[in-house]
Amino acid sequence: MTGLLPLCYILGSVSFIMGLKMMSHPATARRGNGIAAAGMALAILGTLFLYRQQGQHLRHYVWIGLGLLVGSVVGVVAARKVKMTSMPEMVSLFNGMGGACAALISISEFRHQGVAGPFVLAGMFIGSISFSGSMIAWGKLSGHIKDVAFKGQHFLNNGLLALLLAACIYEGFAQNLLMVYLIAGVALVYGVLFVMPIGGADMPVVISLLNSFTGVAAACGGFLYHNPVMLTGGILVGSAGTILTILMCKAMNRSLLNVLLGSFGGGASVQGGPVGGAYKELSLSDASVVLAYAREVMIVPGYGLAVAQAQHVCHELEKLLESKGVNVQYAIHPVAGRMPGHMNVLLAEADVSYDKLLEMERANDAFPNTDVVLVLGANDVVNPAAQTDPSSPIYGMPILEVEKAKLVVVNKRSMKPGYAGIENQLFFQPKTSMLFGDAKSVLQQLIASIKENG
Amino acid sequence: MEPLLSWLAVHQQIIYIVILSIFLGVEVIGRVPSVLHTPLMSGANAIHGVVIIGAIIVMGQASDDDYAALILGFAAVVLGTLNVVGGFVVTDRMLEMFKNKKNGVPKS
Repeated sequence: MTGLLPLCYILGSVSFIMGLKMMSHPATARRGNGIAAAGMALAILGTLFLYRQQGQHLRHYVWIGLGLLVGSVVGVVAARKVKMTSMPEMVSLFNGMGGACAALISISEFRHQGVAGPFVLAGMFIGSISFSGSMIAWGKLSGHIKDVAFKGQHFLNNGLLALLLAACIYEGFAQNLLMVYLIAGVALVYGVLFVMPIGGADMPVVISLLNSFTGVAAACGGFLYHNPVMLTGGILVGSAGTILTILMCKAMNRSLLNVLLGSFGGGASVQGGPVGGAYKELSLSDASVVLAYAREVMIVPGYGLAVAQAQHVCHELEKLLESKGVNVQYAIHPVAGRMPGHMNVLLAEADVSYDKLLEMERANDAFPNTDVVLVLGANDVVNPAAQTDPSSPIYGMPILEVEKAKLVVVNKRSMKPGYAGIENQLFFQPKTSMLFGDAKSVLQQLIASIKENG
Repeated sequence: MEPLLSWLAVHQQIIYIVILSIFLGVEVIGRVPSVLHTPLMSGANAIHGVVIIGAIIVMGQASDDDYAALILGFAAVVLGTLNVVGGFVVTDRMLEMFKNKKNGVPKS
């Protein structure tokens, strides 16, 4: 039965391809994930029971089984318990685990063979960067780590990378025992420095990039063991992940290089024309009246809604307004929230129906007929400077043209600029009113106020 | 030049797999709607957890008295499993949100 393991691997590889394909369409996405998971289970079970090295079974079944058990239990519990708003950091954490796994395999293989071949070095190098980088990305998204940028940082990073590559090539010839661990250590440091200067809100792009790194690291393992399923799975994720990263950047109308240099998060003070003037503040009771007596209301959710975890309250307000005969819809910018598609996931969690979510183009068509736009913690995606000010860093990014509506109510925590560090002229326009406060508590007070006024 | 060419000759098949997989990966997700970027990234994250197979092989080949190798292998198995299992469960939870409500599947 020597053909059984290759069959498992072929089915596994096909399931990965099918799974990714199906995951790119909303209707089949969930089934696609299931198929990929089933293929993975088959490949793992096949390896466990059918793998032979020079006619020898694998050993240490107890330990392997224990490892699988511990990993599965912790993985399921963590994945089930995590809040919908914290999904991005969870993905980053799991990605880091994969990177660490690849690096550990390389180190083990080096100890086993006593030789550091190109794929041992590459797997260790890429896996280590992916691990430490993902941990920093996780820390930033969960708010434990702040952005750190200093002068000459890019110079230091590139120098370190060049040094690492040179060390790897040197090690390929020298085969120095200590050097292998040194490379792993420096690669870990590089991963930290690589992610450190990048703005917190750019983390999705970085995670996607590190995700494809881990794919390549896994493929290095495929080379080591001539294992086709590791090879196809790893390379597939490597290339699909790279394309996905580029697609994410495109949705923000930025280049990958621009994101990686962190020029957005850091250079906040570089500004074109003077922006400013007086803004109007709106009281809660006025806002509740304006909303309750409108016919068409458009809600623009953003990062602030996600941070305040206000999606459920938001749905409650929507239902209350609907019961008063107001037509409520949501305008979803492709990159609103912490990740592309993040708003859709959050609002779906709160049971907001799909036909209420308008994509950017449809929303922009609908704004001229909208009475009130309620902007909840979104900023850059509604900044008119993207269309009017060529010197603005976000110039050219497609935005939601909320100023076409009759009235705009903006909920923000303060007048502080958004993550891109750009002032927003929208806030100073005559038809705009500001409603300060945390999205969740403001929405709760709005609901109470509307109910009170009957 | 000579060693590189002979290396290519020896690993021809694997190099073919790599090249074809690169193009396949690009094609397969070429036209994904932005709504699905996050779940797709999470799904791809779970798939590179296939590195667990390498961890199992490393662990299964360690000698009985090489404790360092056993510990390294065990850690690799645990981390790899976390990646696979956690990755698929998280992706499923995200996609669960996309299931048919009263108005069916969203238009992409």
